[in-house]
Amino acid sequence: MSSTSGATTSASKPASTRAKPANKGEAAVDWVDGRLGIYTLAKSNLRKIFPDHWSFMLGEICLYSFVIIILTGVYLTLFFKPSMAEVVYHGPYTPLEGIRMSEAYASTMNISFEIRGGLLIRQIHHWAALVFVAAMLVHMMRVFFTGAFRKPREINWVFGFLLLVLGMFDGFFGYSLPDDLLSGTGIRFMEGAILAVPIVGTYIQMFLFGGQFPGTDIVPRFFTIHVLLIPGIMLGLLVAHLILVFYHKHTQWAGPGKTEKNVVGMPLMPVYMAKAGGFFFLVFGVISAISAIATINPIWAYGPYRPDQVSTDAQPDWYMGFSEGLIRVMPGWEISVWGGHTLNLGVMIPLAIFPMVLVAIAVYPFIEGWITGDKREHHILDRPRNAPVRTALGAAWISLYLVLLVGGGNDLFATHFHLSLNSITYFVRVGFFVVPVVVFFITKRWCLGLQRRDKEKVLHGRESGIIKRLPHGEFVEVHTPLAAKDLHTLTAHDQPQPVELPAETDENGVARKAGVLAKTRAKLSEGFYGEGAQIAKPTAEEFREIESGHGHH
Amino acid sequence: MKKLSARRRHPLAALVVLLLALAATGGLYAAFAPAEKAQADTSAQSLAIDEGKKLFAVGCSSCHGLNGQGSSDGPSLVGVGSAAVDFQVGTGRMPAQQPGAQVPSKKNIYSQTQIDQMAAFVASLGPGPVIPTEEQYTATDANAVAKGGELFRTNCAQCHNFAGQGGALTKGKYAPSLDGVDPKHIYEAMQTGPQNMPSFPDTTMPEEQKKQIVAFVRHTTNDEPNPGGLALGSLGPVTEGLFGWIFGLGALIAVAIWVAAHTTKAKKS
Amino acid sequence: MSHDISEENLPESHGDSHGHAVAVHDDPFADPGLPVHEPRRTDIDERAAKRAERQVSLMFVVSMLATIGFIASYVVLDIDKIVYIFPLGHVSALNFALGLTLGVALFCIGAGAVHWARTLMSDHELPAERHPIEADDEVRADVIEQFRTGAAESGFGRRKMIRNTLIGSMAMVPLSGVVLLRDLGPMPQQKLNHTGWEAATVQKPLQLINMNTNEPMKPEDVLVGSLTFAKPEGLEEDAEDFQVQIAKDALMLIRIAPEDIKDSTSRDKGFEGILAYSKICTHVGCPISLYEQQTHHALCPCHQSTFDLADGARVIFGPAGHPLPQLKITTDEQGFLVATGDFDEPVGPSFWERKR
Repeated sequence: MSSTSGATTSASKPASTRAKPANKGEAAVDWVDGRLGIYTLAKSNLRKIFPDHWSFMLGEICLYSFVIIILTGVYLTLFFKPSMAEVVYHGPYTPLEGIRMSEAYASTMNISFEIRGGLLIRQIHHWAALVFVAAMLVHMMRVFFTGAFRKPREINWVFGFLLLVLGMFDGFFGYSLPDDLLSGTGIRFMEGAILAVPIVGTYIQMFLFGGQFPGTDIVPRFFTIHVLLIPGIMLGLLVAHLILVFYHKHTQWAGPGKTEKNVVGMPLMPVYMAKAGGFFFLVFGVISAISAIATINPIWAYGPYRPDQVSTDAQPDWYMGFSEGLIRVMPGWEISVWGGHTLNLGVMIPLAIFPMVLVAIAVYPFIEGWITGDKREHHILDRPRNAPVRTALGAAWISLYLVLLVGGGNDLFATHFHLSLNSITYFVRVGFFVVPVVVFFITKRWCLGLQRRDKEKVLHGRESGIIKRLPHGEFVEVHTPLAAKDLHTLTAHDQPQPVELPAETDENGVARKAGVLAKTRAKLSEGFYGEGAQIAKPTAEEFREIESGHGHH
Repeated sequence: MKKLSARRRHPLAALVVLLLALAATGGLYAAFAPAEKAQADTSAQSLAIDEGKKLFAVGCSSCHGLNGQGSSDGPSLVGVGSAAVDFQVGTGRMPAQQPGAQVPSKKNIYSQTQIDQMAAFVASLGPGPVIPTEEQYTATDANAVAKGGELFRTNCAQCHNFAGQGGALTKGKYAPSLDGVDPKHIYEAMQTGPQNMPSFPDTTMPEEQKKQIVAFVRHTTNDEPNPGGLALGSLGPVTEGLFGWIFGLGALIAVAIWVAAHTTKAKKS
Repeated sequence: MSHDISEENLPESHGDSHGHAVAVHDDPFADPGLPVHEPRRTDIDERAAKRAERQVSLMFVVSMLATIGFIASYVVLDIDKIVYIFPLGHVSALNFALGLTLGVALFCIGAGAVHWARTLMSDHELPAERHPIEADDEVRADVIEQFRTGAAESGFGRRKMIRNTLIGSMAMVPLSGVVLLRDLGPMPQQKLNHTGWEAATVQKPLQLINMNTNEPMKPEDVLVGSLTFAKPEGLEEDAEDFQVQIAKDALMLIRIAPEDIKDSTSRDKGFEGILAYSKICTHVGCPISLYEQQTHHALCPCHQSTFDLADGARVIFGPAGHPLPQLKITTDEQGFLVATGDFDEPVGPSFWERKR
């Protein structure tokens, strides 16, 4: 560090050694480079390679819908009044003429019926929010099922997870703002859930609401959280997430010419600038069109919030639906502890399972890393079938999530499929425990079946559909041998072996006792990679034996 | 027409024809008989009751008993009033087809005259809510829809949903959708409390307020536009979520597949 | 296909046609390397390229037209104009026009750019080398050494007093922030234990006011099978704390034939079969009011807790943990329904301090 400080200007006339700029544009960029060092930055990034695959663009849908949400959200803040002061409505929407409502609700009515384009922007904002969280979930599933979360990307996985959770909650705070009958019911639920927290519940409730429910503070406070606090944190996480994507370089599928040491694809400049940049406009365009054709959150139809009114079909937006399911199917357990204090388990247990469902998926990379003991970097993606246990766990998680969504919409399932509300609830109570287990085993077997088929294909080639009669009269189907690239692609995956318990005695013959943790790990590892968890991939010997052995079939 | 001719040989066909004829004459008479003539009115009334009793014996008595006293299969109709009959038969709920969690509405098989006759008979069993006249359920108040909306959200939306689309009750029961329901029937339902619906009698919900609720229901299920586009069933966030996944994310993934796909090569390999 | 087919007629395996990387060496699964680039139509046919160029430009032009359409719709269309559009129904003309033109304007920019990239920009797949994320041992040792030097120079480890007081001060300073949060809200005290009915006494009872009519009710007004909602006398909709009050005071008034009431305590709290239950669900506080008059069950629309109102509002299904509180009612001298006191227990969701 100290060696550079000696090199000071020696020439009398400070002259740049740089070549003369060819035109004004270059000159301008030179000027910026002199201040920001952008040439060095661009050197490694301008022709950065991105591999082509549709599933790699799911993250971009998230990014772009986030940008759309920010753009439209800023517009909405110009007109929205986060105030619970009471006003009497005298606007163009006559079915609410003369009705008392909060200013928050009245200003949302104003946005919807008096600001030209206000309704459109509101709908874009809300549709983009639904798509944002949906895309994050699907993006996360893509990363999960392909093993893209493995070293070195575990931290980025956690960033992504935090973005998902924050996105869900910011959505909740956002749809609570208009103070309509539906969102007020949601806030009421939140109040009840907070009250169920042992010891400090009532204090948190009073502090959050500035007094008793509903009070007049909750909408302004949610507003700040919704437009400033959470988006600020999300923006930071998002930037970190993207920097890491650039830094790690994108993962890629196995294939000819693709290795752990390279990334094959098209350069950022120009192909991905056009594709990714264009994709932003495509996403924005699609969401605008949806907002032109479908209503979302018609607050005018719900009416303003009053704590003594309610409408059936009181559900949160879809991403909170699984927590709604947990709450709905929980039996009403309430117990008395510590000399007459009430513990509302009927609310507390779902409230505890809710984060656990999410955390289970958040910590998975670390658990898998620990079980497998794999310390290598991974840049080639796993095909889901080649990691049957992981795939089965992921499928089980999704099935649990879906079962809970059914629970959250049990009243609509009841009316639209002519079922009994109570039966659906009983089904979800049982399904919560049973369905994921069943799905786990089915998925695992399915993956193994697909692995067998791959093996078959490598060894015997593709079925050509052509029947051939052998000289002795036997009919056989001709199999077309696979091309070299396909042979490589289908056999490129790793097949890790289960970790073994250390030997019972060490090299000096002293007995060594394996701890419970080590034993558990060995067991789990056996479950992940042991017999019955993967089909040994074809070896070169097997391949050659069949090639040379009994002919071409 | 085919259906009708197929039923010609039904054992009750003759009876039905007879009743129809009687009902037509009786009904017409009842309808056109001058109201101020008390004498004629009374006799028309008793004629209608007689006709109603016959219709009742055929269509209703197997469950409700010959004199509407009720049985194990159906409740007593003493004191339910003519409004209840008009609602139940007019919406096709009665006669019920099969036992179940709830008797659904279906195609009404009686003429209004016949319904009025049966209603007159049931009303004669004991005093109860009377079939409303048109001005009873037609609001004239300019702000009826807004007032009705407020009342609807307090009294009705919890079961029938904010837009009158209906909702689930316990064990397979449900509050039906109010789409296309005759205003008279909406009024009668509030008045009489059919099946598991509680009643909203005039003593706690005056006629004027029922009018306003009817006006709101008519507005929200019929006249109300959906400025934002498709209403998605007016069922709240569940259908919105479904739509967002299928048409929002679905469309975007389809676009992503196009963006990321390799361009077709000149020579097929 | 019963006749014999000679080998020559079988489809050729295309994998070999690349020629340059046939797996003939030891490992049949070896990586054959990047496939040779194959040209697209637009790479070899100038006419196709020109056509693609025109298509891209066309999309950009359509986008411009759509933006003009957007501005025109904004200016021309009335905000309250409703039009019928199949299959959407009656929708706002402005919302539909703005959304669609904006959608087209944006989509066409994107589609044009992507089409341009897909047809006219180079589609040579290029490999880029990856470098390990981990630093090599030399760098690692160097950094650790630098850190140790820095740490030693600071004396952080040696001068324990500085270290400990620094940790102490850093730990304490956020407390100021915590203290500042105190005035976010009041202490809970007894607020959740009482409702507006608290003001009622035997000497000065409070009338039950019908939410619909804003009038008191007589017992004969409340019929068997009917459902009425009530609030305490004196609570008006324009009161400043109406929302807070009604969130606790709201009543659901029903009447059940006395012989059908299974719970005698509940029957005694009522008046001639008229029972006044809290409308606020004991689960998380939704206004529960899906009353089935034949079964006497009340269902909560939010989470489907079901209460048997004929049996002291016992929970018979769902996540609620305890029955709905019931308000004791009677009549005053003029014969109106009144309450003479508060609920016996807190209404709404349960909480830690709630006594069972």
